[in-house]
Amino acid sequence: MSLEAENQEIEDSMRNLARKLISEKEVDVVIGYSKGTIPMSVSPIMIKKVDDVDKLIWSNLCYVNLAKYLVPRIPQLIDPEKGNLKVGIVSKGCVGRALIHLAAENQINLENIKMIGIPCNGIINRKRIEKEIGEREILEVYTSGDQIVVKGKDFEEEFLYSEYINELCKKCKVKSPPIVNDYNESCIGDCQEIENIEEDFSDLDEFEAKSSKEKWDYIKETLETCTRCYACREACPMCYCNLCFVDQNKPVWFNKTTDLPDIIVFHLIRAMHLAGRCVACGACSSVCPMGIDLNLITRKLEKIVKERFNFTSGIDINSPPPMTSFSMKDNEEFMLEED
Amino acid sequence: MTIQTEQEKNESEEWQPKIIAFLCNWCSYAGADLAGVSRIQYPPNIRIVRVPCSGRVNPYFIIKSLIDGWDGVLVSGCHPGDCHYLSGNLVARRRFAILKELLEFFGIESGRVNFMWASAAEGERFAMLVRKATKIVKALGPNKKFEKKW
Repeated sequence: MSLEAENQEIEDSMRNLARKLISEKEVDVVIGYSKGTIPMSVSPIMIKKVDDVDKLIWSNLCYVNLAKYLVPRIPQLIDPEKGNLKVGIVSKGCVGRALIHLAAENQINLENIKMIGIPCNGIINRKRIEKEIGEREILEVYTSGDQIVVKGKDFEEEFLYSEYINELCKKCKVKSPPIVNDYNESCIGDCQEIENIEEDFSDLDEFEAKSSKEKWDYIKETLETCTRCYACREACPMCYCNLCFVDQNKPVWFNKTTDLPDIIVFHLIRAMHLAGRCVACGACSSVCPMGIDLNLITRKLEKIVKERFNFTSGIDINSPPPMTSFSMKDNEEFMLEED
Repeated sequence: MTIQTEQEKNESEEWQPKIIAFLCNWCSYAGADLAGVSRIQYPPNIRIVRVPCSGRVNPYFIIKSLIDGWDGVLVSGCHPGDCHYLSGNLVARRRFAILKELLEFFGIESGRVNFMWASAAEGERFAMLVRKATKIVKALGPNKKFEKKW
């Protein structure tokens, strides 16, 4: 099936399910994606009426992780009288994983949430396309066959979808949300049963084989442009602290400048905080205004956690996140030992 | 007054690393104390900060120490299973494992950050591991990666 037809099918099934949920009053509001105000963008939308369901769309630009809106709950999802609204949420695989992990961390209750599962067919890397278009103004983006067509004032360029898809999506094994054992009802539409994911981390081999200096040079070059706008933090469904460590000023842990050491430290600690929690949605890289590819770091995190603690986030609601649990059997080859 | 030999003179002029050591109150701090009262020699490069438990050592502390110009960080706690708070060091161990791997991945010399277990009865072991850590950090040279340009 061509990409265009796939997208159409996903969109139709998503709208039908949303219509059903709202008309049967199973949920109060459905969160989904709608057409963005500028080309190459989509914006999130809260739908409360059946008539509005047709505003929902699915395209390969839907990079936002919608789980972000639930923790902490945005005001639109809280009724002044009834309290928390019942939410239906359009879930591609990584949104589902984020929700399950948030539930495992006791941040949300899956009973009040309906996932509208969709078989995600991958998100395209906007940054790469924008780079190739350069300064020219983009007026319209649409899919035709297996191509992404980008139209401007006096140009029209086609990009092969399978080449411009995010690296993370190429490796993704969870296209549609996983089913949670005790909450069978929470997922409707396209869901899948997952017990264990066999991850292949061969994409990291090349980087890991580099020498310490080469690694540092690469990281330096990649992160140097970071302006510390914290868009990556804002987009991340797992970043829900009331007070982020970078905003804390009593005591001041880290300087707020954009000097290289401060940038490196920000990304280092951010990575520490996401260890065993990152659901590999790639939202952080997608929103970065400087086009920094943070996926390298998040992939490494996944690898460490998988190899050391045999844990994959967002699959099983009952297995405790690795950083909140412990085991006597953990490897400790890194500790100093007597000769 | 002691008379320095030629060799000792050279040694004292050579660069010495400064290492900050976070020692848990119940085991390692007592171990350091034992090393002291037993007159076991170990390098004077470490500056000790006493913490309640190795689980108290936030990765912030370690990275903050590196930004503040320490050449190395040493964290020491009770042996697994001996923690005064039962599981503090086990939780800490997971954090340290990830921190160490991430530092390595970022290309920062992960040898600057060292972790060890030493109980209150292991003065000898404590001195020995401090010697080892100092040697590792010394070989890496001064900490320049986190130096600010201005």
